[in-house]
Amino acid sequence: MTSFQLEIQLVAVIVAGACALPGCFLVLRNMAMMSDAISHAILPGLVLAFFVTESLSSPLLLAGGAAVGVGTVALVELLRRTHLVREDAAIGLAFPAFFSVGVILIARYAGDVHLDTDAVLLGELALVPFDRWIAFGYDLGPQALYSMSMVGVLSALFVFLFYKELKLATFDAALAATLGFMPMLMHYALMALVSVTAVAAFDAVGSILVVALMVGPPAAAHLLTDRLDRMILIAIVLGIASAVSGYWFAHALDVSIAGSMAVAVGVAFLVAFLFAPARGLVAAHRRRAHQRWQFALKMLTIHLAQHEHRPDAFEECHVDHLQDHLRWDSGFAGEVVRQARQAGLVNLESSQLVLTAAGRHLAREAIVRD
Amino acid sequence: MLAAIEVRDLTVAYRDRPVLWDVDLSVPNGVLMAIVGPNGAGKTTLIKAILNLVTPSAGHVHIFGKPYASIKSIVGYVPQRGSVDWDFPANVLDVVLMGLYGRLGWIRRPGRTERAQAMEALEMAGIRHLAHRQISQLSGGQQQRVFLARALVQDATVYLMDEPFQGVDATTERAIIALLRDLRLGGKTVVAVHHDLQTVPDYFDEVLLLNVRRIACGPVPAVFTQENLGLTYGGRVAFLER
Repeated sequence: MTSFQLEIQLVAVIVAGACALPGCFLVLRNMAMMSDAISHAILPGLVLAFFVTESLSSPLLLAGGAAVGVGTVALVELLRRTHLVREDAAIGLAFPAFFSVGVILIARYAGDVHLDTDAVLLGELALVPFDRWIAFGYDLGPQALYSMSMVGVLSALFVFLFYKELKLATFDAALAATLGFMPMLMHYALMALVSVTAVAAFDAVGSILVVALMVGPPAAAHLLTDRLDRMILIAIVLGIASAVSGYWFAHALDVSIAGSMAVAVGVAFLVAFLFAPARGLVAAHRRRAHQRWQFALKMLTIHLAQHEHRPDAFEECHVDHLQDHLRWDSGFAGEVVRQARQAGLVNLESSQLVLTAAGRHLAREAIVRD
Repeated sequence: MLAAIEVRDLTVAYRDRPVLWDVDLSVPNGVLMAIVGPNGAGKTTLIKAILNLVTPSAGHVHIFGKPYASIKSIVGYVPQRGSVDWDFPANVLDVVLMGLYGRLGWIRRPGRTERAQAMEALEMAGIRHLAHRQISQLSGGQQQRVFLARALVQDATVYLMDEPFQGVDATTERAIIALLRDLRLGGKTVVAVHHDLQTVPDYFDEVLLLNVRRIACGPVPAVFTQENLGLTYGGRVAFLER
C-alpha cells in the first residue's frame, strides 16, 4: 500500500466518522433528507466564498457553505410554517434552487478552475493527496486530512458534550422546551454541524457520498441496536468499514472511489436490513413463522381440552378429523400434531389425541390470558 | 390562598382562527382538575399555552403568582403518548432519566444518584421490572406509565397532563388514578385533559369545561351539570340523562 493510498483511505475514514455522528440524529429526527438538501445547497456558498478568497482551501469556504446550509434549513422551516407546502416538498423546492445557482455560477465565472460540476456530485478522492499542505518546506500531508479532522473533532466534541441535550431534543422536543433546553437552538446547532461537515467533505467526496454516509450507516445501526450510544458507535464503525472496503473495491475494478463507497454503504445497510438479529427481515419472518406454529399448538390444545371427557370426544379428538374441525389442511395438521407430541403436549393413543398435563396447562393459560 | 395556576384572558389563534378565546382559569393549590371538551376545543392548546410551547396572542399565565418562565422547574408536563416516536433507541430507564435533565442542567450527565431516583419513580408507577425494556416493546398503558414515572421523578409541584388515560386498560387506569391521588396527598396540583365524562366525578375535584371559550370552571358538583355539558358539547351528551 502506497502512502497515497493510505492518505486517501485515511481521509475517507475520517469523512465517514464525521458524517455518521450528526447523521444518527438526522435519521432519528426523520430528517434524513435534510442531509441531501444541505449537501447540495451549500454549493453557491462555496462558490461565492471562492470568488472572495480565490482559494479552495480557505476557512471562509467552510463559513460560507455552513451559512448557506443553515439558511436552507431556515428557508425550509419558513416554507413549512406557511402550511401551504409540506416539509418534504419544501426541501425539494429549496435545495435544487440553491444548487442550480451554484452550478450556474461555476459555469459562468469559474469554468477554468478546479470546481467542475461532476466533481461536485461525486468528488474526486483520488486527487486528495495532490492538494498538500506545505509549511516551512515540510510536507504535512493532504489538506483535506486537516480540514476533515478539524470538522470530525468538532462533531465528536459537540455530540459528546451535548449528548444528553441532543437525545432529549430528538426524542421529546416539547419536554426539552419545558425543561429549558431550547430545542430550536439544538436543532440549528445540529444543522450547522451537518453543513460544516458537508462543506468539508464536499471537495473530497462530493455531495452524494456525504448523503450516503450521513444516512446509510446510522439507518443500518438503528436496526442493529436499541441504545443510542451504541447506535452512534456502530454507525461510525459501519461508515468506516464501508469507506475502506469501497476503496479497495474501486481499486480492484478501477472505478470511481466515491461511487464504490456509496455502494458499500448500500450493501452494509442491506445486510443489516435483512439479517439484523431482532429487527431484520429474516428475523421478523422467522418470528412470524414461530408465532404461527405456537398459535396452532395453542389452538390444538384448546380444541382438545374443550372436548375431552365429552360424548363427542371420540370424533373430535380423532387425529384424522383435525382438518375438518380446525380448518387445517392435512399436511399442516400432521405437522402440528408432530410438534405437539414432540413438545409433550399430547399423546397419540390408537388414533386418539390425548392431552398431557402440560398440554392441559397450556390450554388453560391460553384461555385465561386472552 | 395563591392559585397554583392563574390564567387571564388567554387567546391563542392560528392566523384568524381562534383556538382559545379569552380563557380565564384559576386552579387552586392541591386539587385534581380535569379539562373536558369536544375535539378541537383547545384542550391541548391550553396546556401548551400554559407551558409556553405555543405563543398566545394575548393573555397571561402565572404559576403561584409568578410568570411561568421564572418558575419553569416546578411545572411538570406529561405529553400525549403519541407525541413521541417510541421507536427511538432507548430503554425505559433512559426515558425516565430525562425527567431529571432539568435539574442536572446543561452538559452534566445523570449518574448513580439519578438512576436510583429514576428506579424509585418506576417503582411508584408499578413498572420497575420494565426498567431495561426497549421502549418500542411497551404496550400503550406501559408507555403511559413511563411518561408518568418521568414526571414523578421531576418532583414538580404542578403537573399538566395531556390525556394520561388515553388508550390504557382498566388496570392501568386504576393505577394511574391512584398515583394522581397520591400526588394530591403530597400537596401537588394536577391538571389533566380527560375524555371519559363518566369518570370525571369519581376522579377529579374540579373541572374545566372548555370549547374554545371557557364554558364553566369550578368544583365538580357545582359545575359538572347537564346544562353546562350541553353548552360544551352542543347538546349531544345523552349519558347523564338516566
